[in-house]
Amino acid sequence: MSLSTEEVAKVAVLARLRLAPEELETFTGQLNAIVDYVAQLQALDTTGVEPLAHGVEVRNVFRDDARGPALPREAALANAPKRNAESFLVPAVLD
Amino acid sequence: MNDLLKDATVTSLLAKLEAREVSSEELVRAYVDRAGALGRLNVYAHLDADRALERARAIDADRAAGRPVGPLGGVPVAIKDVLCVEGEPTTCGSRMLRDFRPPYDATAIVKLREAGAVLFGKTNMDEFAMGSSTESSFHGPTLNPWDETRIPGGSSGGSAAAVAADLAPASLGTDTGGSIRQPASFCGVVGLKPTYGRVSRYGLIAFASSLDQIGPFTHDLADAALLLKVISGRDERDATSVDRPVPDYSASLDRKPESLRIGVAREFFTEGLDPEVESAVREAIRVYEKAGARIKEVSLPHSGYGIPVYYIVAPAECSSNLARYDGTIFGHRAEDWSPRYPGEEDLHPLVRMMMASRAEGFGAEVKRRIMLGTFALSAGYADQYYNQALKVRRLIRDDFDAAFQDVDVIVGPTSPTPAFELGGRSDDLLSMYLSDIYTVTANLAGIPGLSVPCGQTKTGLPIGLQLLAPAFAEESLLRAARVFERETDWHLRRPAIGS
Repeated sequence: MSLSTEEVAKVAVLARLRLAPEELETFTGQLNAIVDYVAQLQALDTTGVEPLAHGVEVRNVFRDDARGPALPREAALANAPKRNAESFLVPAVLD
Repeated sequence: MNDLLKDATVTSLLAKLEAREVSSEELVRAYVDRAGALGRLNVYAHLDADRALERARAIDADRAAGRPVGPLGGVPVAIKDVLCVEGEPTTCGSRMLRDFRPPYDATAIVKLREAGAVLFGKTNMDEFAMGSSTESSFHGPTLNPWDETRIPGGSSGGSAAAVAADLAPASLGTDTGGSIRQPASFCGVVGLKPTYGRVSRYGLIAFASSLDQIGPFTHDLADAALLLKVISGRDERDATSVDRPVPDYSASLDRKPESLRIGVAREFFTEGLDPEVESAVREAIRVYEKAGARIKEVSLPHSGYGIPVYYIVAPAECSSNLARYDGTIFGHRAEDWSPRYPGEEDLHPLVRMMMASRAEGFGAEVKRRIMLGTFALSAGYADQYYNQALKVRRLIRDDFDAAFQDVDVIVGPTSPTPAFELGGRSDDLLSMYLSDIYTVTANLAGIPGLSVPCGQTKTGLPIGLQLLAPAFAEESLLRAARVFERETDWHLRRPAIGS
């Protein structure tokens, strides 16, 4: 298959990546090369094979629903790119 | 080099510390001095000498007072910059996390502290552990201590080079598709990837959560056994860590294996394998034969699909894991997110802020993999790509299950070639990816693997032998590797580095 620059631009928005027009060209070429390479998997007959999400399968791990220690607010906010005394600050979400 | 560090291993340093021949403070100072003298190798992204010295003095005081100091009491251990250390820069080799200081320790770090290790420098790595050469780091490439025109392998290149160049006696790395074993082979040291679930991933900055695993780099297997025991075990904070007893790997290491059936997979000796690497590995198999092992040919018919499966599964998981870097709670935020390119006027300012922050914070390889993963999971393609990859993943694991019916370990080359030149594969993505062709299948299947030095090229570059074992068979993996180590002296060789 061949991905167009328009399709790759759509993927970039889904991935939340701003791409310059020349980057979009480069990535389109590279993604097509990788997608062509991985397409060899489609030649394999996998009828009846269960997908494997983890090499070591662990199921239903439970713990008591008990409250433990939490990060103090100051520690949680310490790495914020923009903050005030008690919150993370972001551009206005509602117009 | 300070004589103290010459031929040092964790075990030899512990003996000197116990005998009071040296203090932890002297030891840490010697490594700090050497790190200063060998700064050109670019092994450490961050090294807080004062903090390490302070910790060393505290352990010296405990030892002097007769208080218990733990199985690693006073030994420095370098840490890949992907593991969270409270209050210390943890950058993942990325501009995105340039200023990030984690508010907590990774579980493996807590365990090292409890064992008395002195946390040493944070080692350089490919950005977010995505790469095979340590060239994609925001801090610039690390050089191979055996040949400074070559790469050390990756993504844990800094951790491998740290041990090879005697900049630390041991280090921790992470392995998602070969990122411990491949650099270990390129740097002539031992690198061990444990079974998925053996070591807690809590505080390991996630790349591909179903594949990532933490493991040690050391000069020999005795040290690897010691480190593995310290970092292993069930952790409530990682639901995928497995509740199984942690054996005393050191105690059993020198016991001769009760059964030593060595599998040789024909798929690991195919086109693209460097002749010098092949002959070193064939020689290693003869060493096993002479030591009384039974050599048996096995087949892993789907192993050729390892790289394509990996390049769907790992990017898919990475695209989801790295969604958290959006310039909001931590990490880089762009200064300006006003519309710049066609189509951006229609996007909400918050979305533009995230897109601009991620565009500035991530390097090219990380962006490529996020894009690839987003595509492989997107509506209309997920079934064709992602789900098909997971099915082939099961076939790969079934191959191992079948092979391990007949053999105890499988041996082969760790990587098809020795260390390549800096910049040598940057323009050829697939050739870079193929350097992990023999290692990725272990991550997909969840099984443990290690690389031990098994030879050198004519030009003096190290070659690694990979051993693979069934899930949770680290004890037999280490013991089988020890049979080879005992018969050879490759693990004793160290690079001649001018400083």
